[in-house]
Amino acid sequence: MSTHVLSLLVENTPGLLTRVAGLFARRGFNIDSLAVGVTEVPGISRITAVVDVDDLPLEQVTKQLNKLINVIKIVELDPATSVQREHMLVKVRTDNSTRSNVIEVVNLFRASVVDYAADALVIEVTGDKGKVEALLRALEPFGIKEIAQSGLLAIGRGGKSITERVLRG
Amino acid sequence: MTADSVSAVPRPPAASAAAPVLTGAQALVRSLELIGVTDVFGIPGGAIMEVYDPLLDSTELRHILVRHEQGGGHAAEGYATASGKVGVTIATSGPGATNLVTAIADAYMDSIPIVAITGQVFSTLMGTDAFQEADIVGITMPVTKHSILVKDVEEIPAAVAAAFEIAKTGRPGPVLVDITKDAQQAKAPFIWPPKVDLPGYRPVTKAHGKQIQAAAALLAESRKPVLYVGGGVIRGNASEELKSLAEITGAPVVTTLMARGAFPDSHPQHLGMPGMHGTVPAVLALQESDLIVALGARFDDRVTGKAALFAPNAKVVHVDIDPAEISKIRTADVPIVGDVREVLVDLETAFRSTIGTGEPDIAEWWSYLDGLRKEFPLGYQPTSDGHLSPQYVIQRIGELTGPEGVYAAGVGQHQMWAAQFIKYERPNSWLNSGGAGTMGYSVPAAMGAKVAEPDRVVWSIDGDGCFQMTNQELATCAINNIPIKVAIINNSSLGMVRQWQTLFYDGRHSNTDLNTGHGTVRIPDFVKLGEAYGCLAIRVEKEEDVDAAIQLALDTNDRPVVIDFVVSADAMVWPMVPQGVSNSYVQYARDHAPSFDEEI
Repeated sequence: MSTHVLSLLVENTPGLLTRVAGLFARRGFNIDSLAVGVTEVPGISRITAVVDVDDLPLEQVTKQLNKLINVIKIVELDPATSVQREHMLVKVRTDNSTRSNVIEVVNLFRASVVDYAADALVIEVTGDKGKVEALLRALEPFGIKEIAQSGLLAIGRGGKSITERVLRG
Repeated sequence: MTADSVSAVPRPPAASAAAPVLTGAQALVRSLELIGVTDVFGIPGGAIMEVYDPLLDSTELRHILVRHEQGGGHAAEGYATASGKVGVTIATSGPGATNLVTAIADAYMDSIPIVAITGQVFSTLMGTDAFQEADIVGITMPVTKHSILVKDVEEIPAAVAAAFEIAKTGRPGPVLVDITKDAQQAKAPFIWPPKVDLPGYRPVTKAHGKQIQAAAALLAESRKPVLYVGGGVIRGNASEELKSLAEITGAPVVTTLMARGAFPDSHPQHLGMPGMHGTVPAVLALQESDLIVALGARFDDRVTGKAALFAPNAKVVHVDIDPAEISKIRTADVPIVGDVREVLVDLETAFRSTIGTGEPDIAEWWSYLDGLRKEFPLGYQPTSDGHLSPQYVIQRIGELTGPEGVYAAGVGQHQMWAAQFIKYERPNSWLNSGGAGTMGYSVPAAMGAKVAEPDRVVWSIDGDGCFQMTNQELATCAINNIPIKVAIINNSSLGMVRQWQTLFYDGRHSNTDLNTGHGTVRIPDFVKLGEAYGCLAIRVEKEEDVDAAIQLALDTNDRPVVIDFVVSADAMVWPMVPQGVSNSYVQYARDHAPSFDEEI
């Protein structure tokens, strides 16, 4: 098994996410992460899905997804030619004795503190999988109280846009 | 702004000024009429009543009131399959809609173009567990080609037009349109044709030239080719083109359960049906081939047997309009995505220019296959208990009715015998539930076929088990003057399950006796049941009475006919490839496998 990042351009219709997620489930494919949001084209959304499958089943899942009427385009994004980011909010236990140490870790990772309480900080971090995991390891000793994480976001490097042809059509 | 619009007095756009204001229900009926629909099968209920009111006034739409929504769905399938048109079925919300699910799933598996229209509760009540509320769009997502929820009256014409477009183009399939009651009641200007925008739907029809060349080259080189013909050739209306390619290549042809009739059974190059209950020559032709040209076929497990051991020495050219079918089960050496009819024309042209004045050297292959045909012809053993042979009955129905008839089977032994022992000469003459294997398909599908093709003789060849699942549609047939002919192949049991119990469960016949046949309590008595439904109903128990009964059915056209053919419960379907093994282990009859000494 290997991890693949798929970018789907979809019509923003009700139930679209159910169609996509349901297809993964019934064809027996596992989704590692899923991120959905609008694009620069009105009415068109973008789903970034990370799937863990071999190459042949990947071809099959791509073809099956393409059969969904509301799916306009699917592109696999190679890590070498795309920018891939995760986004995470972490609530870490702190007190007067540990707070400065936690903030030092935050600075080292170019993360930021977005909320303060006497007994905890909320830290925001953006980066690739390796960076996010490393930060979590560094924060672990202080006590991680809560994590909220987005799905992976990815976009191709260079000037080309995957929505270009859709816009023209 | 143009110069004109600057100088003109402001007024509403021309389109809406001319457009009549209709309720959503009226707009739905008008849309169906304008699309050219002439027949619909349905049952009203609370959430779809609004539509039934304008339906009463339509002179172009014939609505046939069925007795169960599943019957309406299968009737739409039979209608579509017999005629090549889109079948339409209408049901109300909740249980009305869920009753359609089996028929929709059936149409999905067999790529049948139907549009199912369901009423939905008021949009303000959706999600509140309202009376007769079901999320039918959600329920049918895995078994529809597409589904559309309409909550806004203005969207109705475009939704209906899109549904028909999607159902009939590309790989055909069922589309569901779910319309809330408030959208049916609200009013809006009716604009036709509506703007249908499907940016994510572009079926490929013209195949890649390079792949066609590659396929032609393989066909020219092959010593042991087979044309493996699937239901796509029928849906793609490509029988003529298939015949032409078959004759120019000289290659043997096999037609799957879904493709019976795609190639004439009388054609000398036809080896019959492959698969679990296929002919020995057809099964072994695929298994021993060096080139399989799959045409609108999907390497179903009932055809391949154990897929890893299927046709080990064959290269595969796979032609399908659905890219997802290609290399799904068996990796294709030459994948061709396109409309099978166009591909066949292109392939023939390419083959002709590749081969030049020569011709493929397949004489040795044919002498092997002809040997198999001689040694293992399709046949059956006479029964030992004195009761009718089911195969004989079915064969005589086919012989006395002829190839212009339409034959709709249920699912099980009688289905296999009807696929084997009726000779099909034209596409759309054989209707059955192949992928889903839906018992109860036959009677309503035959009804739909008879509505689509009123001048043809339409037989429902059914089992005693299947018949008890949907026979209520005989009322629909009798009342609406749809004179189908039902042959119940009554072996008093769930015959196919019983056969497996005999072969693989030490003859322990668990829960397969139905008590409808010889020497039983006969509940129900099919003759009385048929009469209760206004049919001509008779029972046949002796071979000498078979022909006269069939002739009586053929001569009776003022009402449906039900014939209870009481047949032996011990008859089995042969040949058979046991489940989970290589097709090389095909058994011609019980404990009789072809020998493989004569390798070629």
